[in-house]
Amino acid sequence: MSGRYAFLGTAEAREALASRVAQVRERPALIAVLFPAAARSVARGPGPSGDPDGVAGPTLEDMVRVELLAALAGALAPPELAQEVRDLYHHGDAGERRAVLRGLDVLDTGREELAGAARELLADAMRTNDTRLIAAAASSAATALLDADSWRQGVLKCLFTGVPLGSAAGVPERADAELARMCADHAEERALAGREVPADVHLVLRHFPDQAARLDTRRTEA
Amino acid sequence: MRIFDPHIHMTSRTTDDYEAMHAAGVRALVEPAFWLGQPRTGVSSFRDYFDGLVGWERFRAERFGIRHHCAIALNPKEANDPRLHGVLDLLPRYLAKDGVVAVGEVGFDSRTSEEEKAFRHQLELAAEFGLPVLVHTPHRDKVAGTRRTLQLVAESGIPAERVLVDHLNEATVAMVHDSGCTLGFSIYPDTKMSPERMVRVLSEWGPERMVVNSAADWGRSDPLATLRTGEAMLAAGFTDRDVERVLWDNPVEFYGRSGRLLLDDVPGADRTATYSGNSVLRGERADGGAA
Repeated sequence: MSGRYAFLGTAEAREALASRVAQVRERPALIAVLFPAAARSVARGPGPSGDPDGVAGPTLEDMVRVELLAALAGALAPPELAQEVRDLYHHGDAGERRAVLRGLDVLDTGREELAGAARELLADAMRTNDTRLIAAAASSAATALLDADSWRQGVLKCLFTGVPLGSAAGVPERADAELARMCADHAEERALAGREVPADVHLVLRHFPDQAARLDTRRTEA
Repeated sequence: MRIFDPHIHMTSRTTDDYEAMHAAGVRALVEPAFWLGQPRTGVSSFRDYFDGLVGWERFRAERFGIRHHCAIALNPKEANDPRLHGVLDLLPRYLAKDGVVAVGEVGFDSRTSEEEKAFRHQLELAAEFGLPVLVHTPHRDKVAGTRRTLQLVAESGIPAERVLVDHLNEATVAMVHDSGCTLGFSIYPDTKMSPERMVRVLSEWGPERMVVNSAADWGRSDPLATLRTGEAMLAAGFTDRDVERVLWDNPVEFYGRSGRLLLDDVPGADRTATYSGNSVLRGERADGGAA
């Protein structure tokens, strides 16, 4: 037992979570009410990243909710689990949605039902303007399920909204020439508008010297 | 001046308003679910609206250093539309959420039997979810509508202190005061109450259980009406303490009964004040409209 839910600072919170995890295992449908209430019934606040917005990493309430999702994943067969995960997300407020995205990593996405749900929710989050959702989606290992176009657009969305690229899954190892071109175009457009070029473009461009050179040329001309 | 606006429809307002409100001292608010100004045609429109109230609008408000909470309900006017009765089945999902601190706006518009049915049902939901209730009183036939409202509240068994009866005026203040409910006053440029009339009501009845809101929406309204009322109170000789009580303590006490108010400072709340396109905003533009 020792060390279980060690991310929670008090025995009271650990017990509250343990009891809810047990409830989900016994009656999976209860997650519909336990998941939204997790922050006020177990714990809330910045997680290990120290970021209360949950952009730089999961918050405590995210981590609590991920534990509930993990319990759910152990209690339902993949088709039912996929549907419940979709429901939790689509009926969720922004905090609940962020937690579902953070929890995609605990699902067995080797199963097509779950992979399909993960792709759908990642795409939905990437369409929002909420940096907390964009960051949670971009940092998920489940982004490996996205095709190259969707993944590149997700990376660009991070750059565009200021979500740190350092935590985006697949950067730099999945970066290709097309992504480098997109990053260089973005940097160029910013420069032309007299706006600051996000330093994070170089997390990609440093691996693609020819595209990076476009920016250096511009700087020399200026 | 520290201000909690207990009733304002920010979805209908601009980011200029958020900036002006923060500068005026508004640090928290409640946005009740209401009518769009024209009829909705289906349940899914409500679902999208509710999703916005617990999602995007909270995010938008926080970019400007303001804590956003909401009240969720099927409003009285649209309770009459048979296409929308399914909204009542949607409510429990939302009433479980952290940002939802009350059931509202409920109440009467034209005092039809359909309105009364939806009102009773939502009072039951409030009791079930342990949430306070925000009640809209009608524009037309206000005295009779308010009287009937207080009857239904009494029959529901919900303690009076968990019910805020709103849009009151000189004609309805006495009966609501007697009921033990919290008294809400909407300060509007033309209709409803003005800051000066509000000060007279406060002079007569005292600040206890009194809350003041802008009820600002898509109509001609002023999101700083709370500040204007505070200023009028001070000019009339009320103390800073009285103003704080009406504009902050009373609404916090009322909605605090939900157990769900979050009133700590928004992290990086000064980000709009210091905005210069740098990482303070995490790259998000101050108008919340990045992509």
